[in-house]
Amino acid sequence: MSILSVNHLLGIKYLKPSDIDLIFKTADNFKKILNQPIKKVPSLRDISIANLFFEDSTRTKLSFELAEKRLSAEIINLSSTSSSVKKGETLLDTVNNILAMKVDIIVLRHPNPGASVFLSRNVDAKIVNAGDGTHEHPTQALLDAYSIREKFGNVNGRKVVIIGDILHSRVALSNIYCLQKLGAEVRVCGPSSLMPKHLNSLNVEHFSNLDEALEWCDIANILRIQLERQNLNYFPSLREYSMRYGINKKILDKLTNDIVIMHPGPINRGVELSSDVADSKHSIILNQVENGVAIRMAVLYLLALKKSN
Amino acid sequence: MLGKREIMNKELIDIAIERLSYQLIEKHNKFESSILIGLQPRGAFLCKRVLKKLNFLLPTIDIKSGNLDISFYRDDLMRRDHPIEPDIMDINLSFEDKDIILVDDVLFTGRSIRSALDAILSFGRPKTVELLTLINRRFSRHLPIEPTYVGKTIDALSEEKVIVEWKEVHGVDRVLMKKNT
Repeated sequence: MSILSVNHLLGIKYLKPSDIDLIFKTADNFKKILNQPIKKVPSLRDISIANLFFEDSTRTKLSFELAEKRLSAEIINLSSTSSSVKKGETLLDTVNNILAMKVDIIVLRHPNPGASVFLSRNVDAKIVNAGDGTHEHPTQALLDAYSIREKFGNVNGRKVVIIGDILHSRVALSNIYCLQKLGAEVRVCGPSSLMPKHLNSLNVEHFSNLDEALEWCDIANILRIQLERQNLNYFPSLREYSMRYGINKKILDKLTNDIVIMHPGPINRGVELSSDVADSKHSIILNQVENGVAIRMAVLYLLALKKSN
Repeated sequence: MLGKREIMNKELIDIAIERLSYQLIEKHNKFESSILIGLQPRGAFLCKRVLKKLNFLLPTIDIKSGNLDISFYRDDLMRRDHPIEPDIMDINLSFEDKDIILVDDVLFTGRSIRSALDAILSFGRPKTVELLTLINRRFSRHLPIEPTYVGKTIDALSEEKVIVEWKEVHGVDRVLMKKNT
């Protein structure tokens, strides 16, 4: 069996297409296990995993925890609000103290871009990036691409538009890397003020008109407006954003093709997505959540195996 | 030096499969609550052969079957030099209160069967679990596991390897004993 070319999952940027393919094939096996009456396997019972979440999270944290529990790993959880981080301890000190307790894998969410790369260079444990600031969120991109693969049979040749706040989105950057590595065509759509300057270097075109974007694509991945990351006013009001870039059933009904709607969550219902679209047959949002557990099981399993080799 | 000798040819394998099938019929009668489960990858070939023979002998009875992959249930995952390639788990039925006939090609240390027992319990609590194996290697068990139905019992040194080859993969049905010295 092939093994991952990387020792950590720091970002999609560092993965080869063969790594992504291996993760998907392993996730296929785990998805079958998740449909068994008893969904737990003893694969990682020798492994200890620390989930360090220095930023709020609901589904990523739960999804990682469930994946770890279903692999029978020993887990410990730490969040910044209830730890010595509040007392001024550095990230490296916190992690080294945790590693002294013999932890094999660290799942890290941190507000600073590059936090997981920094950690991987300074500590002796496998690092899984569960989101680092506005940089990358690799497991989200993997589960998004996996959900597209599941829906269409493959990702190659699909047209995906990512709509919304690209500038502050780690999901967008990881998705662009992942989908392009798998042969999809990726474009973005949203107000120019929410587009990063380096868009051209990523080989991604920008739609400023939502209707044109939706008419072009097979899949629309809609992002949340990240109010917590916006110190400046990037658009006049949420209402105006919603009127220009919010997707509702009326807009979808006008399209000549049926498109698939994705959203990494949490949804601001009525802002970027209306409820009649979020809960419609176009939406694969809950499939994304379900696939998240299988993808995270695959990533943890493959990284743990890499350790023993 | 690499030494190989054939311990079963196609004819002997066919005879063993026929005998094993009759033994199964004797015990399971109409297979009402019985399920034949092949252990991936190589036990699945034997399971398919046994099922084919049973279907020939009992043409009116629909015998339930599936293939079990134990990759994620092994106790040596983190100790192996090379990772195991997971195979297809092909089970679409509950094992609750059923009589399971686990099928594998060679019974050696018993560790695969222990993992398989773990995996089986993930599909419900069976009434009974039996083990059918083409080759039973005596004196090599690490765990107290014994087969219910045996094609052939052999004594082999621990450094010897028993390989079952199937027509579907190797072009010929035979059982070889390989000696690495």
